[in-house]
This record gives sequence, C-alpha cells and structure tokens, in this order.
Amino acid sequence: MECLIGIQGQDFIMLATDSVSARSIVKMKTDHDKMFQLSDKLLMAVSGESGDTVQFSEYIAKNIQLYKMRNGYELSPHAAANFTRRNMADALRSQRPKFVNLLIAGIDEDGPSLYFLDYLASIIKVPFAIHGYGAMFTLSIMDRYYKPGMTKDEAFQLLQRCITEIQKRFLVDQPQFKVRVVSKSGVEDLGFAKPTPQVDS
Amino acid sequence: MALADVCGFDMRNGNSRLKLGFGEENYDPSLNDVLLASESFTVPRGVDIAQNLARFTDEKSNVKIHFDHGTTTLAFKFKGGVIVAVDSRATAGPYIASQTVKKVIEINPYLLGTMAGGAADCSFWERVLAQQCRVYELRNKNRISVAAASKLLANIVYDYKGMGLSMGTMIVGWDKKGPGLYYVDSDGERLPGNVFSVGSGSVYAYGVLDSGYKWDLSVEEACELGRRAIFHATYRDAYSGGVVNLYHMRETGWVKVSQTDTAELYYKYRAEKK
Repeated sequence: MECLIGIQGQDFIMLATDSVSARSIVKMKTDHDKMFQLSDKLLMAVSGESGDTVQFSEYIAKNIQLYKMRNGYELSPHAAANFTRRNMADALRSQRPKFVNLLIAGIDEDGPSLYFLDYLASIIKVPFAIHGYGAMFTLSIMDRYYKPGMTKDEAFQLLQRCITEIQKRFLVDQPQFKVRVVSKSGVEDLGFAKPTPQVDS
Repeated sequence: MALADVCGFDMRNGNSRLKLGFGEENYDPSLNDVLLASESFTVPRGVDIAQNLARFTDEKSNVKIHFDHGTTTLAFKFKGGVIVAVDSRATAGPYIASQTVKKVIEINPYLLGTMAGGAADCSFWERVLAQQCRVYELRNKNRISVAAASKLLANIVYDYKGMGLSMGTMIVGWDKKGPGLYYVDSDGERLPGNVFSVGSGSVYAYGVLDSGYKWDLSVEEACELGRRAIFHATYRDAYSGGVVNLYHMRETGWVKVSQTDTAELYYKYRAEKK
C-alpha cells in the first residue's frame, strides 16, 4: 500500500513518499518520514517490510558515511546505488533477506540521477519512477506529462497530478505525501503535498 | 587527509566491503553492549529457526501452539505528560486464564513498557531492557533517553526477526527532551508518536481516544479519557477485560493513578447516561 515517487528535473531530483505507517488495518501514524539522507546530496526513499526498512537504510547510510571518513571523498550516486544493490543481492541469498523497495536520488558533476531498486535487488537508472500500487495509476500520467529538463514548479505540478489521481482512484487512503528535492545546494524539504480537492465526476 | 586519519581510526581492519571491525584497542564497551544484549538469549547454531517454527505454527500441523494476542493497551502524550492505560485479561483460546495480569512493566522510575502479544516475550525482553538501561546509567552517570531505550529494544527484537517472537509494546518515559512515547514491535518496527494503541481491542480504544483527544487536556481529563477508552475496548473486545490499570508519566517519573474494575466502570458510565 506504500507509494514512493521520484522525478528527475533539469538540475534536481524530486522525491515524494506517502506518510502512512500501517499495522494490519490500522494507521499507526500519518506523518511518517520514509526518506533517509545518505550524504549531503544523496537521498533515499524506502518502503517494504517493517523493521527491514529502517535497519537496512541506517546500515547503508552509516556505511556511506564511513566510506567518506576513510577515503576523504564521497561515493558518487551511481556507486552508492550499486553498493546498496550489492548489499540487497547478498541479503537475498542469505537466511533472512531484506524486503525493501528503494528510490535513490543524488547529484554530482554529471548532473542529477535517479535509481530504482526493488526487493529482488534489480537496479535501473530512470528519469521517473514509482513504487507500489500507486504506480498502476500514475505511470501513465508520467508517460503522458513528463518531459526532460523540467523546472521545480513543473515537476511539483506533475507530482500533484499523480497524488491527486491516487487519492481519486486508489481504495487505500494516502492523505499526504512528504516531498524533498535534491539539488546542487543539498537536500531541501518541501513539506507535505496534499491531493488537489476535486468535484465528484 | 581523510577524517578517519585525523581521528586516528584504525584502518587495518578495513576492506573494500566496508565492514567495521572492532579491534582490541578501539574496543568501545557501550557500543558493544548493544551487540551483547542479543546474546542474553542464545539460539542453536546451524538450525533454521524460522523453518523449524513453521512446523508448530502451521495450520495443518498436529502440534498447535496458539499465541495469545488478546489485549488492549494505550498510551498518549498530552500537555501534562503521558498517560498509559491497559486492561488485565489473559486468554488462551476461548478460556480466560487470568483477570489480574500486570500489563504495564515498570522498567525504572522514569520508564514504562506495555505488554501485548506474547506475555513471556514482553516480560523477558523488557527485563533485559531494564538491565541494559541500568548499566547505561551506571556507566554514563545519566539516565538513558526514551529514544535510546526504545532503539535498544527494537535492535534486540530485530535480531530475532522471523523466529517467532510476538510483542507489540509502547515504551513511555521522561528524559531531557521531555515526555517520550515510542511504539516497538517484534517486526523490528519503532515509531515515535503522540497517540498509540496496541492489541486486539486497539481499534475500539482508538475510536474513543481519537474522539476525545486534545493536547490541552488537564491531567484529570486525560486520565478519564484513558480509562474510558480501555473500558469501551473491554466492552466490545472479548479478549480484553478485568481491571483498568492507569499510569501517569511526569517530569518526576511515573505514578500509578488507579486500578479500576471494568464492571464498576460499566455501572458508573451507565448511571451517567441517565
């Protein structure tokens, strides 16, 4: 039921996650933050098995920090994403795999990049990505309205379209999405995005 | 020069897989405690616990272990601290095994834990947590924060994920940051929050709790809200009942406010309706 959305713009990546933490049929929390900052310009959105999400993300985040301390330079977004994938692939073939779906957003000299990783440890670099049931409703919206080199405002409008469609057609209530932007100046918090109110049709 | 060199971090253990090794010279007892904590209960080597457990918990199995899940517990933060309220019924299938269970575990004068799911799992691991918190206090000459205490418990149960632990607990306390409330369960989940309810009666408790909840509640109002929420949960949920145990966490530590029989509450609330 969780939903992660990523959009690449001209010099940034916009990440959005739903903010519901659910146990069985109960919403335990509606302002839950599912994003982890891996380094200054590297942000990860996580969904999946409870417990695994936090433990795995913290492990990755701390190891990326450790790499910087040891070597004096940071992992590139590409390297960080592949390091994460390798850890998931190793776990997948162990006694207890980690069931997490990820979006990794980062920026370096080569510009912004967005990586899509699923719980089977596949990786792909994409201009936009959605995890979860939300993808069923919104991938077509992305195909239709996404264009390369969008500004922050355009990307936010596209995101708003997606969130509104999820609210309109998806059975499960996702009242608000946490939005962050990764750009050259670092990670910027855009607060919560809510669906555009609509008249019934 | 990298930060690790400046700090004199030993790089000899380093390898390309980014694994942190604990050398003898940079042995850090407080960090190692967390790792040791999971060793207070050892599991046999070379046995797949999850697979072995399935033989007992499987529906079709001849050996049937029924874990009792019936409970209602709740805790919420408000202006005057944190209120913790629980029922006291223990069930084994359709049988009421006890009406006098203490589902609030007094970890220390500033920390409380609640009990839902496996009673033994909760009492055992919260006792281990109590021990860890005491050791932390002796080492650091300071009380452990609620965030750290709940993380300690979450890390321990995460080590045993998939091995059949069953617990849904709320860790409540007061530290330098003020009142603290965390939900921790045997999946390894740990959530901070203002209002939580756990157990089979939680859906009923949430209904009453959310309807009457305000941050600016007075202490008396908050206690009454907690008591009422548990009462209405025991009324609808067959697996909850007995007495309502009510605790209040304040800056000076917790106090046990009341212990009220739900039957008594039933007649009291009925009289108020007339």
